[in-house]
Amino acid sequence: MTLTLGHFLTLGAMLFALSVIGIFLNRKNLIILLMAIELMLLAVNMNFVAFSYYLGDMRGQIFVFFILTVAAAESAIGLAILVQLFRNKSSINVDELNTLKG
Amino acid sequence: MEIKAGLFYVFSALMLFAAFRVVTARNPVHAALFLVLTFFQAAMIWMLLKAEFLAIALVLVYVGAVMVLFLFVVMMLDINIDSVREGFWRHFPLAGAIGTMVALEMAAVLMGGFRVSQEPMSTVAAAQSGVQLSNTRELGQLLYSSYIFPVQIAAVILLVAIIAAIALTLRGRKDSKHMGAAEQLRARASDRLTLLKLEATLPAKPLPTEDAAGATEKKA
Repeated sequence: MTLTLGHFLTLGAMLFALSVIGIFLNRKNLIILLMAIELMLLAVNMNFVAFSYYLGDMRGQIFVFFILTVAAAESAIGLAILVQLFRNKSSINVDELNTLKG
Repeated sequence: MEIKAGLFYVFSALMLFAAFRVVTARNPVHAALFLVLTFFQAAMIWMLLKAEFLAIALVLVYVGAVMVLFLFVVMMLDINIDSVREGFWRHFPLAGAIGTMVALEMAAVLMGGFRVSQEPMSTVAAAQSGVQLSNTRELGQLLYSSYIFPVQIAAVILLVAIIAAIALTLRGRKDSKHMGAAEQLRARASDRLTLLKLEATLPAKPLPTEDAAGATEKKA
């Protein structure tokens, strides 16, 4: 049985579903939520790379390159905000972060 | 091809297991380490897809930098795990239902639409042109010619991220004797100094009690 594009796309879909489950499960832990977002981005990147290989187009890999850049920036800023939150409220529970609620 | 398929199944099974452990691990440190394993397996799968440069970049950037950042933050924060884990399995039926729904729907569409065992076009194109460039070289040629403007925007984004992360977490020490140069320059003399009009010598007050005392003495 040879590998087809469908195999890789299904793998990406399963990874994405796992990270959706993770977002539902870890409603209170902001760190694990950030990790789940990273997993989602990885699933999307997997699709890009698979399409790039099977369609013979390098632009998919270039898109992955930019997604990696933006994801690194996002996680750095997200973790900085997380540290600030913990300093101010000594908690990373998402339910307690309702100060901005009107 | 058979070896490739076997490797693919091994890598993807490991990756899915690690991803599941990331979202269910009790200890956030374990979650971060499983995330490293997930990214590593993903890099291996990208190697199978002949995206060598991206696979190495994933290992370097994610496993080397971002995951270390995650580990530092996890170890810096003193999290009460029990309060965070409270109600964890209560959400599991809903989450599992939604997750399997997403996976099944996507898999149904994708496996139905892309099941055709076609030869990957990248190998076909390479065989036709007769030129075999390495993946890194191909990627670099595209990045630095057609995509030079997006590359520079990505660089600006990284710069913004650096400055934002430092500015967010920078905290001045309370006992520091540091002087703010801007504040010093903004100060005017009128903020610090007030001139009071004081007379050089005050006239001596008359002493009324002296006369009264003298009068009583004379009477006596």
